[in-house]
Amino acid sequence: MKMLDRVGRATTDLLEYAGGIAMLAGESGSFLLRMRIRFVETIEQCYFLGVQSVMIVILTSLFTGMVISLESAVQAVQFGVGSLVGGAVTFASVRELGPMLTAVVVAGRVGSAIAAELGSMVVTEQIEALTSMGLEPVRFLVVPRLLSMVVMLPLLTVFADVVSILGGMWIAQTYAHISTDSFIASARQAIGFEDVLKGIVKSIVFAIVIALVGAYQGLSTRGGAAGVGKATTGAVVISIIMIFVSNFVLSFVLFGGN
Amino acid sequence: MPNVIARLDDVSLSYGDRVILRNCSLDIVEGAITCIIGLSGAGKSTILRLLDGLRKPDAGHVYVRDHDVCHMPESALNEVRRRISLSFQFAALLDSLTVGANVSLPLREHTQLSDAEIRKIVLDALESVGLGHTFDSMPSELSGGMLKRAGFARAIVTRPELVLYDEPTTGLDPIVTHLITDTIVRLRQKLNGTAVVISHDLQSIYMMADYVAMLFEGAIIAYGTVDEIKRSINPIVQQFIQGSEVGPIPI
Repeated sequence: MKMLDRVGRATTDLLEYAGGIAMLAGESGSFLLRMRIRFVETIEQCYFLGVQSVMIVILTSLFTGMVISLESAVQAVQFGVGSLVGGAVTFASVRELGPMLTAVVVAGRVGSAIAAELGSMVVTEQIEALTSMGLEPVRFLVVPRLLSMVVMLPLLTVFADVVSILGGMWIAQTYAHISTDSFIASARQAIGFEDVLKGIVKSIVFAIVIALVGAYQGLSTRGGAAGVGKATTGAVVISIIMIFVSNFVLSFVLFGGN
Repeated sequence: MPNVIARLDDVSLSYGDRVILRNCSLDIVEGAITCIIGLSGAGKSTILRLLDGLRKPDAGHVYVRDHDVCHMPESALNEVRRRISLSFQFAALLDSLTVGANVSLPLREHTQLSDAEIRKIVLDALESVGLGHTFDSMPSELSGGMLKRAGFARAIVTRPELVLYDEPTTGLDPIVTHLITDTIVRLRQKLNGTAVVISHDLQSIYMMADYVAMLFEGAIIAYGTVDEIKRSINPIVQQFIQGSEVGPIPI
């Protein structure tokens, strides 16, 4: 009975969580559709959530591209197909690693920041103060963060794709003596503009996941400083899990067997 | 019969197993200052949140004017809230905004006033609580007492019909306590507004209250003018206002 009780409770919690996220998404979407957007706040959030994430995205994507190139170049040169390295690096970067790694890194930095900020506002009654003034906390706080993430994460993803490919090209040239022309020609054969667009579609979905999970975790914070800590950890863990799950679903839907 | 601006009608509310209010009824008289007294944790702040529609009761009704704030959509409730202000115990200023921006927030969101007009009104509100010089300061630069006064300025800046003060004088020095108490009285006189004040400071209450209500074990056990409360024969009221350890209130 205890086991059944636990399973039932976990299922209820999961459904409640999913329902909460769906309601937050619906409420945010309703404000967006009615153009009830705080533009100044959104631009500020674009700077904080997007521009300030550039360095961390450069570092992770650069080394990721370099390591893919390093691993694949040795094997490729051994088998006499060094000219395929550019394609391998670009394919992996644009279709999978660029969108997903950027989202994971941003979830760690931004998702936690959103949850911590909103969580602190809950425990210091700032959210309640907004409500008591007749203002909608979702419009005031969630919509600018959601919108700025949807704008900035695809840009960061494209940026990460380019940096990753450049890193891979540099390693291929210096380590495996694969010429830049050969690398670029292989890259152009491996992917098309459509792949870049699909990567951007993925990053938009990831942006929504990160912003909504962070905001929901923050707004449902209970119990003071310890609660803020829990909300922040939860935001990162849940966002990352959801990014991996949705990445699989999106890859299946967008790329299918190709 | 005085006009009633807000009313708790047979309200019950529990948090889990803990009963906060049990069939609690209270009338808030228009144009008067009603002070609610009671032990810490008795549910006094909860009454303010019920009046502001921030909490929903398990049973009963809460009316502001003729609106049942427990059973109305959020958009309609927000309209009602524009005529009510809640001054929070710990100010609850948005820490990402300056003091001036915090106090001007309800004016910016709910009125079409120009920046210059808003600035003037906000400076007046801040000066009325002795904080005219803090317009450009961040909340983190203010002391606890100053924060509370800034929150107080935000509550009165829209000149609401009903102001709910959650312990406005707790933690303040006697001079600022007097200033705040005096401001509540002045505002009521100037605007013919209504105030509900939660306080443990009996001297302040005696100075400003038109009516006093005592909350005990989830219900209002005494209600009347200051003199009526002072002369109450209820042993719980007498023990509370005398601050005595001996009496029916369990310690």
